[in-house]
Order: sequence, then structure tokens, then C-alpha cells
Amino acid sequence: MASRLMALWQWFDARMPSVAQEYRKHLTEYYAPKNFNFWYFFGSLAMLVLVIQIVSGIFLTMNYKPDAALAFGSVEYIMRDVPGGWIIRYIHSTGASAFFVVVYLHMFRALLYGSYRQPRELIWIFGVLIYLCLMAEAFMGYLLPWGQMSYWGAQVIVNLFGTIPFIGPDLALWIRGDYVIADATLNRFFAFHVIAVPLVLLGLVVVHLLALHDVGSNNPDGIEIKKKKDASGKPLDGIPFHPYYTVKDIVGVVVFLAIFAIVMFFMPEMGGYFLEANNFIPANQLQTPAHIAPLWYFTPYYSMLRAVPPLFNSQFPGVLVMGLAVLILFGLPWLDRSPVKSIRYRGAYYKIALVVFVISFMVLAYLGTVPTNVWGQFGEWLGGVERATVVARIGTILYFLFFLLMPWYSRIDKTKPVPEWVTM
Amino acid sequence: MKKLLIALLFAPLACWASEQGYRLDRAPIDPHDLVSLQAGARTFVNYCMGCHGAQFMRYNRLTDLGLTELQIKDNLLFTADKVGATMKVAMSAKESKGWFGVAPPDLSVIARARGADWLYTYLRTFYRDPKTTTGWNNLVFPNVGMPHVLWTLQGEKALKEVKREEGGREVVEYELTELSKGSQNTVQYDTTVRDLVNFLVYVGEPAATSRVRIGIVVLFVLGILFVLAYALKKEYWKDVK
Repeated sequence: MASRLMALWQWFDARMPSVAQEYRKHLTEYYAPKNFNFWYFFGSLAMLVLVIQIVSGIFLTMNYKPDAALAFGSVEYIMRDVPGGWIIRYIHSTGASAFFVVVYLHMFRALLYGSYRQPRELIWIFGVLIYLCLMAEAFMGYLLPWGQMSYWGAQVIVNLFGTIPFIGPDLALWIRGDYVIADATLNRFFAFHVIAVPLVLLGLVVVHLLALHDVGSNNPDGIEIKKKKDASGKPLDGIPFHPYYTVKDIVGVVVFLAIFAIVMFFMPEMGGYFLEANNFIPANQLQTPAHIAPLWYFTPYYSMLRAVPPLFNSQFPGVLVMGLAVLILFGLPWLDRSPVKSIRYRGAYYKIALVVFVISFMVLAYLGTVPTNVWGQFGEWLGGVERATVVARIGTILYFLFFLLMPWYSRIDKTKPVPEWVTM
Repeated sequence: MKKLLIALLFAPLACWASEQGYRLDRAPIDPHDLVSLQAGARTFVNYCMGCHGAQFMRYNRLTDLGLTELQIKDNLLFTADKVGATMKVAMSAKESKGWFGVAPPDLSVIARARGADWLYTYLRTFYRDPKTTTGWNNLVFPNVGMPHVLWTLQGEKALKEVKREEGGREVVEYELTELSKGSQNTVQYDTTVRDLVNFLVYVGEPAATSRVRIGIVVLFVLGILFVLAYALKKEYWKDVK
């Protein structure tokens, strides 16, 4: 039996040797630094969530109806009458939030260890593009259940495009395919959500990984393991990805799945953060909800949008700030002028900046989930402005200062000497 | 430093958004109490289904509550002939809109939209108000279009303003006083509403109890898998120095 399988493999290998070559190149002979820590689980986990979303999504499309009159009911049909339907639906809804959790932690790892620095700028750029795609994917997917939050969330976001000077109103009309969010919008968002964006996403993941495997992985020390190789050209501080990191990542996968299962089986709504209560009311274009909040992963940017005061009666400045907040990520590899990559060898300035940045991001995220009057108003001496709006403005400024001041504080920061070998 | 960063990153977004308005009572519901769920189903089909449907729910799914299809057919099936039919309402949305100003919402997922506590408090805080068209008003849902359908059970209440001093400021609170008695006393009526809300929570997500049961099994399996995966990792990594 074994020899027969071997013969079959040799027959195959003689005709298509590239399979074995790629297997070696990307797994058994891809040398990764041996000192990966906790933060290095999230890349493979992001791939896992992508697969989970694609597979659960395929099963959902078998029963979902992208029709304004039927969509809401078809989701309930999946939840009640389709055998195992509720499991598939909760996997998909929990997976959406899990995707952002994992991706945010993955991006934070890059900030910790300078993984975006030369020679890994392209990996970072592809990564930010993946993040952008993910946002589009999540936004369009959220319209599909056709609840009140689906509808009004989409209304708000599409209207943002309408604020762009000159072309705005026509652009918004073009996106919606109608004067309001309607059946046409639902149908096209469905098409984008189930095929167009996922295709782009998959392509980007492939180039993200190809770029990574060309230059090799960074590590918590931020040093290049390829500088020290043995006689056969293998990095001395590297170990083959397979089996070492495959077996390690399996442990991460099991822990991740346990957390995932706790959420999806015991608290699938996650207190309204993963599934909003208002989204269990069918979309009604005549009734605007009192408080429209996007899902948690968009709330930092939503806070920025609300924090920026309108100019000439136009919300466009807020939209611009929100857009720039994401686009500025592309510039990170060139904004960082530190001689070292890892936070382990950086000085106090970067550490302080990163802590302030993370706090700002979280405060903005929280404020985006609540109405702007949540903390009341300042007294007359400040013109009675809302406290939360002022905090959101400060948060927005700090978010941008992290990037805009980086060329200075990262250069003058006192750094520690970087070791020759990776530290375990 | 590292610990601080991790703490910051995992600091949960734990501030639950609180809604302003009337303070809600906690609904003492129990999804495993089949007697309560059956009583709730009875109240639902007898009182609510005159106007509200649960159009995504099938009658024969109520076998979840420990009923047989025959029992469902004999006791609960008023608006349909087949036990596999959905719990649709006989009244058309157009007519009801003319009568109440708004079409009564479908109640399939109302418990998920409003929450059990909201429903429990809402159904217990109707009062007489001559200013509204139905003659009824509600503390949780001011100027609601729905009259107090369960009033023969609860009796009629009136709104009373109570003013009191608190920290030098005058605070106005509302409480309900009895105008007439219903067929149930307060404890009985609270139980009726509890059972009804229990049923509505069940209808909101019929799979909820099996969800929890399956979840425990899944976590158990993942626990075993973790031990194996961790042992495998240890074995491979023992020579990495």
C-alpha cells in the first residue's frame, strides 16, 4: 500500500514538480525565527478565520435571499428551520468580529516589533489593503440581514460618499442604485460581499504571504536572521516553519476556537456588540432609530467622523479625517526613523507614544458605540459643548500625532543596543 | 511595560450602553421551565395573537415545550389549520394600521430586539390615560399605540406623580395606583407576564437551549484537543534551543 502510494506520488511529482517545490519553499524549508512569541499567532489565525468565513458564508448563501422583502425572514428561516442553520449563522456573525479582533492584534504586533520596516514595506502595504478590503466586506455584509441597524448604518455610510464636493450626490446615487438604500442596494452589496471582495481579499492574502516568504519573517528582537547563515545557507536562528510552527500554531488554533466557541454558543450577541438588538427589527425606511451605532470594529473611525465639526454645512471634513485615519497607515514604514525595529530596544518616547495611541484608539472605539451626550455637557464657560465630543476630538488629534510626529520622536529616541542573536 | 500593553489591549469594551428612561425590572425567566413556557404559549395565542403574529415560528416547533402535535392542534391552533404552519396573524397589516395608527409588530424576535426585562416591565406598567385614543398609556413606552390587552387580568391603574426632595433638588417619580381590580392579584399577574415573556424569549431563539448544550460538548472536545496539541508542540520543540 505504502509503496503504491509512493509510486503514485512519484508519477505525480515527475509531471508536476512545482507542488513539492512550493511545499518546501513555503513550509518545510521556510525558515522562521525561533523566538516567535504570543503575538505571532494572529497571522495564521487570520487565515483560519478567513477560511471559516468563506465556508460558513457558502452555506449561508444556500438559504439566504438577497431581496428586500425576503432577506430578514430568510435569516430567521436559517435560524429556525434550516437544520444546523443557527450554528452556521452564529459562526459567520461571530467570525466577522473575530476577524477584526485577530487583525487588530496582528497589526498591533507590527507596531510592537517594527514588522513594517525595511525590507518589509510591501508586506505592510498589502496588509493595509487587506484591512481596507475587510472593512468593505464587513460593511456590505452587515446590510444583508436587513434589520434596522443594517439599513440605517448603510444609509449613514453611503451618505458619507455624498458629502464629497461636486461628485458626491451622484456618487452616492451610483453606489445605492436608488435614491435610498433599497432592494437594488441589497442585491449589489450581496454580489460584492459573496464574490467580488472575497476574491480580492484572497488575492491580497496570497501576495501578502509571497512578499513575507521572499524577505522572511521579522521577530520580537527586530533583527534579521538571514545575516547569520550556516554553510548550507540556512539561517542559524531559524527553524523550518513546518513542523515547528505548524504544531505551535495548532495550539493557538485550539485556544482561539475555544474562545470562539464560548462566544458563539453562550453569548452570540456579545452584549449587543456582535449582534445589535435593533437589528432584530426589520429595516424600515420611514423610521430612523434614535441612536445609530456601527459595529465595534468601526467605532474608532465613526467617533472621528462625529468629532470633526462641519464646515460650510458640510460633513465632508469629518469624512476626510476618517479616510485619512486609515490611509495614513500606508505611510508608517517611512514615518518611522528609529535605528531599531523592536520595542524591546526602543526608548521611552516610542513606548509612551504607543501607549497613548492605543488608549486613544480604545477611547474612540468606546465613544463610537454610545450617543455623543453620554457624558453630559460642559458648562456655559465652554459654550456648553458635549464632554464626549471634546474627548473624541482630543483622541482624534492624538491618533494622528502618533503618526505625524513619528519622524521626530522615533529618531531622537534613546535606543538600546540590539543583540547579535535572537533572544528566546 | 509588556504587561501594561497587554492589559490595555484586552481591557474589554465593558461599558454597556445604558438606555435612559423608566427603570426596568429584571424578568425572572427560566428557559428550562416547561410549565411556564406552556402557560406563556397559552397566553400568547389567547391574548396576543389577535393582533400580533410570530410569522417565523411554526406551531409544530412548540413540541420543544414538551407538547405533542395533537396537544398543539387542540389547544393552540386557532389561526391556521395545519400544525406545520407559521404563527401568522389573521388581521391584515393594512386594516390594523387604520385601527391603531401603526401595524402591530411581528413578535418572532421581539425579545431579542427589546430584551426580556423591557417586555416584562412594559406589560406590567399600563395605566389609564384619557388623553390617548385608546384610553391607555404606558410608563416604559409612552403614548404606545397598543391598548392594555391583559387589563381584565391586571385591572386598571392610574398614574400618580410623587415629588420628593433629593440633594436639594426636586425629583419627580411616577407610580401606579389601583383603579379597579382584575381577575388576578399582583403576584398572579406578574407570573402570567413572566410566563409570557419566557415564551417570547424562547420564540426569539428556539435553538437557545440546544445551543448551550452543544457548546458545552464543543468546549469539552476542544479541551481534549488542547492537551494533545500542547503535548505535540512540547515534543517537537524540546530540541529547539
